[in-house]
Amino acid sequence: MTQKLIVIGAGMASGRVLEHLFDAGADFDVTLFNAEPRGNYNRIMLSPVLSGEKTYEDIVTHDTDWYDANGVTCRFGERIASIDREAKTVTAENGDVLPYDKLVFGTGSNPFMIPLPGHDLEGVIAYRDLEDTQRMTGLGPDNKCVVIGGGLLGLEAAAGMAARGVDVTVVHIMGHLMERQLDEAAGYLLRKALVDKGITVKCSANSKGILGENGHVKALLLDDGTELPCDLLVMAVGIRPNVKLAQEAGLAVGKGIHVDDQMMTSDAHVLAVGECVEHDGAIFGLVAPLYDQAKVAAQTLMEQEARFVQKELSTKLKVTGCDLFSAGDFADGEGREDIVFRDPARGVYRRLVIENNVVLGAVMYGDTSDSNWFFGLIRDKTDISDMRDTLIFGPAYQGGTPLDPLAAVAALPRDAEICGCNGISKGQIEDAIAAGATDLGAVRATTKASGSCGTCTGLVEQVLAVNLGDDFVIPAAASICGCTDMTHEDVRRMIKSQRLTSMPAVWQECGWKTSCGCHVCRPALNFYLLADWPLEYQDDPQSRFINERKHANIQKDGTFSVVPRMWGGITTPNELRAIADAADKYMVPTVKVTGGQRIDLLGVKGEDLPDIWADLNAAGMVSGHAYSKGLRTVKTCVGTDHCRFGTQDSTGLGIKLEKELWGSWTPHKLKLAVSGCPRNCAEATCKDIGVICVDSGYQVSIGGAAGMDLKETELLLQVATEQEAIDVIKAVTQLYRENARYLDRIYKWMGKVGLDWIKERVETEHDALVERFEISQSIYRKDPWAEHAQTKADRYQPLANLALEAAE
Amino acid sequence: MTDWIDIAALDDVPQRGARMVKTALGCVAVFRTAEDEVFALDNACPHKAGPLAEGIVHGKSVTCPLHNWVISLETGQAQGADEGRVATYPARVESGRILLDRSFLRARAAA
Repeated sequence: MTQKLIVIGAGMASGRVLEHLFDAGADFDVTLFNAEPRGNYNRIMLSPVLSGEKTYEDIVTHDTDWYDANGVTCRFGERIASIDREAKTVTAENGDVLPYDKLVFGTGSNPFMIPLPGHDLEGVIAYRDLEDTQRMTGLGPDNKCVVIGGGLLGLEAAAGMAARGVDVTVVHIMGHLMERQLDEAAGYLLRKALVDKGITVKCSANSKGILGENGHVKALLLDDGTELPCDLLVMAVGIRPNVKLAQEAGLAVGKGIHVDDQMMTSDAHVLAVGECVEHDGAIFGLVAPLYDQAKVAAQTLMEQEARFVQKELSTKLKVTGCDLFSAGDFADGEGREDIVFRDPARGVYRRLVIENNVVLGAVMYGDTSDSNWFFGLIRDKTDISDMRDTLIFGPAYQGGTPLDPLAAVAALPRDAEICGCNGISKGQIEDAIAAGATDLGAVRATTKASGSCGTCTGLVEQVLAVNLGDDFVIPAAASICGCTDMTHEDVRRMIKSQRLTSMPAVWQECGWKTSCGCHVCRPALNFYLLADWPLEYQDDPQSRFINERKHANIQKDGTFSVVPRMWGGITTPNELRAIADAADKYMVPTVKVTGGQRIDLLGVKGEDLPDIWADLNAAGMVSGHAYSKGLRTVKTCVGTDHCRFGTQDSTGLGIKLEKELWGSWTPHKLKLAVSGCPRNCAEATCKDIGVICVDSGYQVSIGGAAGMDLKETELLLQVATEQEAIDVIKAVTQLYRENARYLDRIYKWMGKVGLDWIKERVETEHDALVERFEISQSIYRKDPWAEHAQTKADRYQPLANLALEAAE
Repeated sequence: MTDWIDIAALDDVPQRGARMVKTALGCVAVFRTAEDEVFALDNACPHKAGPLAEGIVHGKSVTCPLHNWVISLETGQAQGADEGRVATYPARVESGRILLDRSFLRARAAA
């Protein structure tokens, strides 16, 4: 017989209870009350709505059709006035009295508002529901906002608003952000990342009062007297279970509504789920246990055996660009040991807390790809003594298996949790795949895995790949070449994080499938290694394409071209005479002026190279690197020296730039130009890096191209002085070579990471980038022609000449 | 009967590298792998006669510097989808010296 079920509150937990009931075909006539004037939506996705990555429509979990299809009577925007448990009825606000057989509380929680003076001013809000989110999305670049609370919710609010251009300040009472989930080091990295996003962060800051004007918030006053002006003040300091109605109905209530393992309250006909409950002394704010509760509650309603068990919880932050993970207990203590891995350059931090060979806690920042594996170790209390040495590097390093991006996932046991929100294990996903789910959408539809916060999407795809093999292609970047399954990005990450400073180390640690690479991967690896470890790594000529190995461009007939450098396109009669003499002496068939304002001698025999270089060196000339994935030329116009329109000494700047940058290796060729005025005679706006001189200074723009693709540069920065222009160019060059994929010109790299990201990094890490550029140049700013002519000339000669040997 | 000619010291050719030997009938490339094996092949790719001695040596293959054909050092056969073959000649290392068989000169003369 159909039972009457009344649900109070349409939240994530109660919504999930209904799903379980209807999926199981349970016979309930459901009435759903909700104080908010709408149905179930995915509250944890409000942050992406706030930042503009999603819309409200995207996060609705149940729409009108769903309620209709399941016969749910919706009473949205209506509260329950009272409950009569004796009569088993509820009374709605409008006086309607409805009978029930079972009642479910899903009243959720209320945000805690600090009772500061002024907390009731207009413009002081919490971050809880869609209305709050809409208040925040109403702000723009002209607005200031203060967020009190540096926990998960407060930071998601701050980042969301910052993404909309709002000037945001976070005020946190503790010494570091998210102190309940993160240790100090990770808190520091998080803070740094948020500051990089333009958010002001004040820790150890006590709020004293809220100042208003005409009843509207004006500023937050701190106890040191600082006033933080704001148009909106968001309090995100915590939640309190909403127990008022339950208390009035006479149910047992502590911090929350008391429930047993079956989610039953002190009244057997009344259940409670979600943030309003207290189970075994604990209250709940994260979604995973709420879903567990919902499942148990549904089973209890259907009179099935079920038991809610509290599990270890883990936390991830939904802020783009801040990858953090924390789980378990990571406080220092007697008998506890730490394993720590840091990579300051990449902003990566990993810490494991170990006691008696069991991992108690894990904090990860910057690279959280192995978090599920570590979480499993904590939950299962796995003995890690055998893998202790390599534990911190993650599952791919255990048991001597070579590193395959999929190996980590393949190694997970079936009960390893993949989707934390929905509590979906690898086994459940595998079952779904076996039952015919062959893509992400199908897995999501049948298991809900990756359907809530979405951070496990990549993992779910990897499970698909492991199970379906060639039938499933992860929609991701291709591997470098057939020698490896790793992408360029994977390998660069490995080189930096594992401090791989030699090619054999990369082959070994990244599980290369060939003995020593191939013509595709070796030049890339050689570049990555020398870019990341300029002092440690020795350039390997045998891994370079012939042009870079022999410092000349090979031509179709096996001869070479020789291009001496002409700094900024300036030459002298003496240089021209030496070039003419060399052309005569080595019988150079073609002499051509290049687009980069210098002279190309084409058709030089390989064995003559050291001699022609020695002659050019003697006249004061050096290699023009016309053959390199590195600095080529700095093209200039004559600027103020001669031109009546010139605004700055463009030729002088071009020469200085070329003298600073020459010899540097980059992912692809790097061409610069400096124009003395916006008439742009040096064509600076189609170069990789271009400078346009104006009266007030120098416009440095990047990402131009005039090859297979035609691109106009985009403005990076305008600076006032020549020195600043040189430094900005060094910084962006360094950023480019530390981050771009081999053979990506700047415009391609920019297309991937975005100009804003480049700009931000150049501005915030300017000095460090320039310093690293200089460290590298201390090795590479020299003339390879002179070195080869003096010490390696014999390598350019035939090994033997048997031409005179009698054939018979 | 083989008649080995001493060409040069093994160390005159870099590991994963090559040098060229001139003969009256064109050039022969002498390769040295990472494992110090040596191979001798015509220094001309079957595709457009690119100088193989200038290519990148990997495993027991070399990639032509002109258009990236990959040639097996053992057989002279083009790898992958490409078709073609380069002549190969006996070569070996003895006491740190690279030796080529004099007969390859005859073979070249007869060719």
